[in-house]
Amino acid sequence: MNPGFSILALIVLMGAVGAMTLRNLVHCALSLAVTFAGLAGLYLALGAEFVGLAQVLVYIGAVAILIVFAILLTRPLDTAQARPFSATWVAGLAVALIVFGVLSMAIHRSGVGADRVALSGGVTVREIGDLLMTWYVVPLEVVGLLLTVALIGAVIIALREEAPRAEDAAGDGPGKGIGKEKEPGHREP
Amino acid sequence: MTTLQSYLLLSALLFAIGFAGAVTRRNAIIVLVGIELMLNAANLNFIAFWRYGAGDAAGGVMFVIFSIAVAAAEAAVGLALIIAVYRHFKTVNLDRIHSMKG
Amino acid sequence: MNGMREAADQIFVNAKHWLVEWMPPALQPLSSILLSVSAIVSVFALLFAITTIVERKGLGRFQNRLGPNRVGPFGWLQPVADGLKTLTKEDVVPRAADRLVHFLAPLALVVPVFLAFSVLPIGRNMAAIDLDAGLLFFFAVGASSELAVFMAGWSSRNKYSLLGAMRAIAQMISYEVPLIVSSLTVVMMAGTLSLVEIVRVQADFWHGLPQWHVFTPWGLAGFLLFFVAATAESNRSPFDIPEGESEIIAGYYLEYSGFKFALFFLGEYLGLFAVSALAVTLFLGGWSAPVSLLAWLPSWFWFFAKLCALIAVLIWVRATLPRLRMDQLMRFAWTFMLPMALINLVVAAVWHYVGGGLAGWLIGAVLLAVPYVGLGLLLGRPGGFRKRTYRFAD
Repeated sequence: MNPGFSILALIVLMGAVGAMTLRNLVHCALSLAVTFAGLAGLYLALGAEFVGLAQVLVYIGAVAILIVFAILLTRPLDTAQARPFSATWVAGLAVALIVFGVLSMAIHRSGVGADRVALSGGVTVREIGDLLMTWYVVPLEVVGLLLTVALIGAVIIALREEAPRAEDAAGDGPGKGIGKEKEPGHREP
Repeated sequence: MTTLQSYLLLSALLFAIGFAGAVTRRNAIIVLVGIELMLNAANLNFIAFWRYGAGDAAGGVMFVIFSIAVAAAEAAVGLALIIAVYRHFKTVNLDRIHSMKG
Repeated sequence: MNGMREAADQIFVNAKHWLVEWMPPALQPLSSILLSVSAIVSVFALLFAITTIVERKGLGRFQNRLGPNRVGPFGWLQPVADGLKTLTKEDVVPRAADRLVHFLAPLALVVPVFLAFSVLPIGRNMAAIDLDAGLLFFFAVGASSELAVFMAGWSSRNKYSLLGAMRAIAQMISYEVPLIVSSLTVVMMAGTLSLVEIVRVQADFWHGLPQWHVFTPWGLAGFLLFFVAATAESNRSPFDIPEGESEIIAGYYLEYSGFKFALFFLGEYLGLFAVSALAVTLFLGGWSAPVSLLAWLPSWFWFFAKLCALIAVLIWVRATLPRLRMDQLMRFAWTFMLPMALINLVVAAVWHYVGGGLAGWLIGAVLLAVPYVGLGLLLGRPGGFRKRTYRFAD
């Protein structure tokens, strides 16, 4: 076993376990970022340069930040006595163990890749760009549309307020002053 | 020399950890984190199979690029939904969110 | 004569090869990496020290005072005194702080910034690694500094720190979009993500004149957009809202002292150098000389001359412009910078199909000037910058 692979695998697994078990939610998110970084390292080690860097840019630069923001926006009220795991955690863990057992058994039994060796030489960015503009152009457009829809949808869902606020209906007159900015009735409990 | 099987085993373990977290944690955001881990396990499989020769020149890489884009969209919409749920129920504890209507 | 020029140009490359050859063969790759790393670390740390004193003295002159003038001749040894002071100061960690994250945050900020320098070609044959996806690497490591900012702000358990971190992250994410889109024009025209290649495209001369990207309509607009976005990305004035002293004291590194504070300071300046160096690489021809008559000066000299010029402009801007307000800043990013950057992509495409020349200039100028004036009128009208209503702050 290659030492580089072992170290990266250890980083990935420790980050994943931390993300799933830590009590402090922000620690979970940071632990998740460690996992993403380890995975990016694995992609780079496998010669998928573009994917590894895109992984860092998208997952650490965007998804982890998004999760952190969501955690801070939804501070749970009962932090002190809350148990992080649900009441049926034993069943859940058992199912997960069974899933892993079945998967690893399948990997061992099938013997896939036992005789395979890693190809040398990766794929250049130019090749990826050419493929995206020719063979994969329809998926590319669909993904662009999906991202646009997701962006607009996320904004609409997150912006929607439960009760219409008085000031929105009344408009933004100049004379209303500072007082309206702090409506006691609208404060989150 | 790292074999394909070790990558597949790592990916399976990552998937199982993500799955265990997604079904046992009570906080909706951490459930989403678990789903992200499972998605990443799948991505690792794609790259590993691509690297260890699956015929197509760049198929695995292209698949992962699209998968990352879709996962970004999923995370954005998922977290927006969680925030909307939080605004309604004042909690993201999945054990407390029972009712669908109202 | 030519040989001497070549020797001066490649002096560092040759010195490195000479040193590496002294090593046993097994250690040669490692020693090559270590030499590149130590060169980058020492040169840019030195540039950081020089910049701090130049900035303080320059700001002093701008504000009609002397600036630091006690340590050494004319105060030029002030960075040494500052360094000694930060090294010997007590390292205070708040009692409520999350100790591990608080400790890791400055490291998580500084290490990626140093990594970003590894793909920049600071001279002919002088990029530490010539990555095929160099630009993507740069932006990837730049994006990971956002998480470090969050770690610093959150772990301090101080509301000013957290507010500063939130402002910084919102600002960095918002300005990352125009930053990347405006640099995409260069990628489109050069046809590569490798920074070494991008410089090579611009390095030739046309009748003794340079062919930098900034001398095209899309390049000029792209450079200006990139530079404004880079200023915001590195939290420089007039976009230094995340650390506005008069509002939130010092932002996300409020609870840091001693050496950790120095690391934040270093990280911020190194980030500034990195984006400025990227601007030089993408738009100002990297290490190439401005006219062919001056090409006898070594390539690394030109790179650092351009970098220092950009840093001087940034100091000048800092001394001149007042700080913006948070909502103005975000509005500016999304309603002005992003549309202009997208239009600039179209201009680059048109330039490519027209084939440059006078027609390209005319079409590009019209395509850029009309939205510029239009957006300016639209956003500058009374009520364009409305009074802020705090929807989520209560």
